[in-house]
Amino acid sequence: MTDLAEDTVLSVENLSIDFRLRTHILHAVENVSFELKRSQTLCLVGESGSGKSVTARSLLQIVDRPGSIVDGRILLRNAGAVTDIARLDPDGQAMRAIRGRRIGLIFQEPMSSLSPVHTIGSQITEAVRLHSDLDKRAARAKTVELLRQVEIPNPDQMADRYTFEFSGGMRQRAMIAMALAGNPDILIADEPTTALDVTTQAEILDLIKRLQVERGMAMLLITHDMGIVAEVADDVAVMRFGHIVERGPVDAIYHDAQHPYTRQLLTSTVKLTRHVESRVPAVALSSQPLRPILSVRNLGKTFGWHGKTNSLRAVDDANFDLYPGENLGIVGESGSGKTTLGRLILRTVEPTTGTVVYRNKDGSEVEVTSLTKKELRGFHREVRLVFQDPFASLNPRMTVKEVIGDPLIINGLAKGKALEERVAELMRLVGLDPMGMERYPHAFSGGQRQRIGIARALALDPRIIIADEATSALDVSIRSQILDLLLDIRQRLNLSFIFISHDISVVRYFCDRVAVMHRGKIVELGEAEQICTAPQEAYTKSLISAVPNPDPRDKRMLHRHRFVAPVL
Amino acid sequence: MLGYIFKRVLYMIPTLFGMSLISFLIIQLPPGDYLTSMIATMSDSGQAVDPAQIERLKEIYGFDDPFYIQYLKWIWGIVSRGDFGYSFEWNQPVSGLIWGRMGSTLVISLLSLLFVWIVALPIGIYSAVRRHSISDHVFTFFGFIGLAVPNFILALVLMYFAYRYLGQSVGGLNSPEFAEAPWSLAKVGDFLAHLWIPIIIIGASGTAALIRVLRANLTDELHKPYVITARAKGLPEYKVILKYPVRIALNPFVSAIGWVLPHLVSGVTITAIVLNLPTAGPLLFRALVSQDMYLAGSFILLLSALTLVGMLLSDLLLALLDPRIRFN
Repeated sequence: MTDLAEDTVLSVENLSIDFRLRTHILHAVENVSFELKRSQTLCLVGESGSGKSVTARSLLQIVDRPGSIVDGRILLRNAGAVTDIARLDPDGQAMRAIRGRRIGLIFQEPMSSLSPVHTIGSQITEAVRLHSDLDKRAARAKTVELLRQVEIPNPDQMADRYTFEFSGGMRQRAMIAMALAGNPDILIADEPTTALDVTTQAEILDLIKRLQVERGMAMLLITHDMGIVAEVADDVAVMRFGHIVERGPVDAIYHDAQHPYTRQLLTSTVKLTRHVESRVPAVALSSQPLRPILSVRNLGKTFGWHGKTNSLRAVDDANFDLYPGENLGIVGESGSGKTTLGRLILRTVEPTTGTVVYRNKDGSEVEVTSLTKKELRGFHREVRLVFQDPFASLNPRMTVKEVIGDPLIINGLAKGKALEERVAELMRLVGLDPMGMERYPHAFSGGQRQRIGIARALALDPRIIIADEATSALDVSIRSQILDLLLDIRQRLNLSFIFISHDISVVRYFCDRVAVMHRGKIVELGEAEQICTAPQEAYTKSLISAVPNPDPRDKRMLHRHRFVAPVL
Repeated sequence: MLGYIFKRVLYMIPTLFGMSLISFLIIQLPPGDYLTSMIATMSDSGQAVDPAQIERLKEIYGFDDPFYIQYLKWIWGIVSRGDFGYSFEWNQPVSGLIWGRMGSTLVISLLSLLFVWIVALPIGIYSAVRRHSISDHVFTFFGFIGLAVPNFILALVLMYFAYRYLGQSVGGLNSPEFAEAPWSLAKVGDFLAHLWIPIIIIGASGTAALIRVLRANLTDELHKPYVITARAKGLPEYKVILKYPVRIALNPFVSAIGWVLPHLVSGVTITAIVLNLPTAGPLLFRALVSQDMYLAGSFILLLSALTLVGMLLSDLLLALLDPRIRFN
């Protein structure tokens, strides 16, 4: 028992954090308690707004104003001595000595969490020197050593580079090196891999885990992804609305969850690891051979001068057919060309080579690549786009009625009372109350906004919807709701989807067939189930096996396939 | 980097030519020339005008030549022998008039730029960090006054106070007794005593503007993740602020080099006239009124050259400050 107590390096007791806003006090965190133990990982799971990041920041006393700790204790133990962090002056010397030295912090956004105008090396060296009395040369040597430990190649040269010369994964490695500079015994990782591709995510999680074991650090990992939790956690605390609703060892949480919210989180996650049930693929419904609604042949886009060494083949010789009523998924990591492919089909980016053939309702074929600007408008009425960011894609100065009705007004299809009726109908279709028509987008949550975006796309009775990362910005429970909504609409309106995503589980759930893109090429195209369970190509194998599996008894990611891309 | 500087300097040459051409063209645009306005003045005062003499003058000055010949003669004189032409009004070569004025203009611009930097930087940082505090509101209040009150009114007020309460001779950059004296320690002291009024006045609006810009920029930067990273390292708060967000919010300070000079010449001419400053503004103004074309043209040419140099300097400094600019 005494051993257990000694293993605890930090305990949070009844922590409450309030934000004093202009009109009211927001209780961001209420009565939260947990312990961090040496060499153990506690995962704090919750959806956006649950207060998990604020909790993490309060351990370092870097909660932004107007937030402040109003109650509770944060006890930091060190060789018998106990410090209550909650009682320390946030600007004081004692608190600063804990930051970086005892507790290291890694952030979500590797893009913006490092200064763009200082070299990577100088930022790490600064942290090294802050917590030791090494001179400049020794600190620099330590920096290079740290960069080597986080597996950055050529650490000596890379130390003099700037952040924008690093890829996302490399930046996160540098960030980890910086967090380790003061040899902390506690590491806080706040969504460390959310902004990264799935294979990079697997590598970074590997690295963090390895360093944690080597150094015997306690880790607090904050995430919304139940798959990651299953892969790395020893203990789990589930947060919702500022409270910890359930806490326990990872196995108990996954296989014997007590709280309904935990069960709901798990269900929506696990649901997405399978193909949607009780659905017959549209292609199989009809006996006669179906003709594709959209045929893409040899489509390509080269940025920069053709043939030159620095030209980039964003999309290279893409071929596929989209059948009526089919969901075709396009997956790939960032920079694989999947978004460009979507834009080439719409011709918002002009293709360099290839053709796109669209088959009208009456069966006549249209060559999209040779349409004039005016003819293209007709095509755009039938093929609509849903965007990724539900916050940026709606004009905040337009009411919901104006947003949804906009395509109708532009095309001169409805106005006045008819417009209002059509908007109300569309809102009901996507599960929104038409009463909210006169309100502005800021009054809606992320999921509701995405519904507004979908209603706007449906306004012109399209036949194809291209959804570009349409669910990426949403919490997992909302995500499955939106996907179910899309499936429902597809059946009712006989739509076809091109669903672009980096999230393999979403594609697996939603799509009938999947195209896997890598460096501009479609490397594999097949039935969704086959791609996800029995991939043929080496790249697809590595991609699929890097997806975290939401079952702590089957940590798939740790035994994943590694794919080394041939040097171009 | 050296290649970049070389390229920039090379680009400046055609720009300069374009500017000289346009400025020459603009000066030529009003009907008539210096002679017609001189003849008009002479006839007004009842003097007889000898047509032969006018013809002779026209020939000397080349007023009968077409526009482009006049321009080419002028620009060739500058390029080949540093001869900026002849000022009709002052009856002496332009180069004799212009350098002293340009010198004092440059000194006052640089000093007011320094003044703007020294005052705006700490206040801007303070206002951003302690946003909505009482001191921030006070600075904001004075900032808006600095922006809203015309410079020349500020000049009149300051002159009055300096004269009434400090017993200083105001206007110009030297007291009358030193005006013609050679440079000495006493004259330098007198010069400095005169300098503060124009510098404060000319710097006032720039300071106010930069405080607002810095406050807005810094407010955006203060909550960026990299600032939290720096704080989580254990850096003291003042170092966190000064080393990271301030560094990034500093760009408009450097860009200020580019605009302070043209501002001083075109924007504060009235102030310079009120304060009787021996800068380029008032002289240029008079040269334009009396159609003293070579003097006016030379001023505009030199000022545009200086502006271009200022722009180049600020671009180079920006590149030095921000690697993102340097590498693109």
